[in-house]
Amino acid sequence: MIQCRDIQFQYRVGTPMMSFPDVECPERSQLLLLGQSGSGKTTLLHLLCGMLQPTAGEISIQGQNLVTMTERERDAFRGRHFGIVFQKSHFVQSLTVLENLAIPAFLLGEAFDPQEAQALLDRLGIGHKAHDRPRDLSTGEQQRAGIARALIHKPDIVLADEPTSALDDQSTQAVVALLEEQAQTLGATLVIVTHDQRLKDRYERRIELTDTVTNSLVS
Amino acid sequence: MSWIYIAWRNLGLKKLQTALSLILLAFGVGLVSLLMLTEKQLSDTFDRNIQDIDLVLGAKGSPLQLILANVYHVDAPTGNIRLADAEKVIRHPYIDEGIPLAYGDNYRGFRIVGSTAAYTDHYGVAWKSGRGIESAFEVVVGARVAESTGLKLGDEFFSSHGLQDETDVHTDKTFTVVGTLESSGTVLDQLLLCNIETIWGVHEKPGEVIATEDREITAVLLKKRNPLAVLTIPNTIRETNMQVALPAIEINRLTQNFGIGMRTLHSIAFLIMLISFASIFISVYDNLLARKYELALMRTMGGSRGGLFLLLILEGGLLSAGGSLLGIVLSRIGIFTLAQLIEDKFRYDWSSMGLLPSEWLLVGMAIFVGLVASAIPGRSAMKLDTSRTLTEAL
Repeated sequence: MIQCRDIQFQYRVGTPMMSFPDVECPERSQLLLLGQSGSGKTTLLHLLCGMLQPTAGEISIQGQNLVTMTERERDAFRGRHFGIVFQKSHFVQSLTVLENLAIPAFLLGEAFDPQEAQALLDRLGIGHKAHDRPRDLSTGEQQRAGIARALIHKPDIVLADEPTSALDDQSTQAVVALLEEQAQTLGATLVIVTHDQRLKDRYERRIELTDTVTNSLVS
Repeated sequence: MSWIYIAWRNLGLKKLQTALSLILLAFGVGLVSLLMLTEKQLSDTFDRNIQDIDLVLGAKGSPLQLILANVYHVDAPTGNIRLADAEKVIRHPYIDEGIPLAYGDNYRGFRIVGSTAAYTDHYGVAWKSGRGIESAFEVVVGARVAESTGLKLGDEFFSSHGLQDETDVHTDKTFTVVGTLESSGTVLDQLLLCNIETIWGVHEKPGEVIATEDREITAVLLKKRNPLAVLTIPNTIRETNMQVALPAIEINRLTQNFGIGMRTLHSIAFLIMLISFASIFISVYDNLLARKYELALMRTMGGSRGGLFLLLILEGGLLSAGGSLLGIVLSRIGIFTLAQLIEDKFRYDWSSMGLLPSEWLLVGMAIFVGLVASAIPGRSAMKLDTSRTLTEAL
């Protein structure tokens, strides 16, 4: 369950104040955040998972208020409840794909089950790459490995940041279908943040970000 | 999965950079530790052999040579002195005890030294087998000599004239081994002992007997009864061909002389260590810059600022600990090689290899500085702006 009300955010004093539309997204649902470059969609994504603190407004995830948490609590909360798929998949380069999947459990202080991780990689069609270095994977395989890492600790919410921007039409449909399917398997909420108009009609629940930057400057 | 495992793998990813840091620190620590070991060995050996010898009486010449020849048996003696003159000094009221030494022959490069039972008593050497010397041409063999030459109880041998040379063999006089000594780490390990009459006997032509007043010895090791001996003895022997030297002062002068070389080596070693710490710093900082996104990523997965700090500190810690240990191993290899070379020339034992307290301190310091050098990039990792790093990396 994601609930955001009256969020305002300012990077630094003197920079424009950004206002975001309210977000409300029930559990196990799917939400599209659509906006052009510079519309503040990455900022909103970072606000949703507590990487940025709003200047004003409320952010409630799974019934917990992110704004009042300490930074350490937000770090742990984000690790526990969110799985984030990045536009370009980065990994800890010195570790194998399977070892990269062990990191979330390690950071959360939980046990890691290699067999379960292997099964997830198999499901995503990259099981044979488990013991390779991430850099030895193709771009498509890296993205799948990135999705695996976002899902491995069974998060409540999967955030995907521009998962399709570099893909052709066919791959776009495939990746989005994969994300939806995996989120559904986990019973997780899926939030896709994108400028990709191709995804527009796929989701009933969508929020378009326009004019998040207001001209009112806070002194 | 653990922070130390990730740190280990990160170092493995940059093998050359890691190797450079390790090699530099290993050489720095290795050199310092080698110097510490050498100094310790030298001063231990010097101290063990001086043991309460306050003065050495011998022929005029270089006082340092007199000490090296008669206390350590590593230099040629300055000459001979008349026994009658020496006895006057030994009987001086300020002198407690005098141990006469007479030598000039060797067996396979080991000195045959004529003295009295006071010599072995002085160093407190334990008997391994046999008994003390009772008559001329009986020999007690030092531990190193026995080991090197294979001489054992009951063996007979001829001596060679001179202290090193083995060409001029006295085939007319047979020595018999009547005792062997335990190893003591003192100069006695390197010697064959007999009584003074033996030394005179070797050099007497058949039928000839040297007159008592013409008898000569090489030197006398003196223990003082009164501190004033140091001042008065030189005056009493001014008119003779004799001199007295103080082992403590001569050895002090010797170590001060090669102390300059030691200090230079110390400076070079510390410079290498300094460079290695710079290398560790650069290595860890470089890792930080190249892997900023990875670190931000770990924050998104629930990692804390403290965790990232720990990761970089561990990278520096692994480098400095690894380098220090390698350095200690290197210094052991170095001292072992040195011992092989020096044992042949100077016949001293360099075998003790334990870690000195000062080396523990050295390793501790090296690890600590390595941690400090990586704490600076560690702090930057802590301050990393996750959101901005992730955005910029696109």
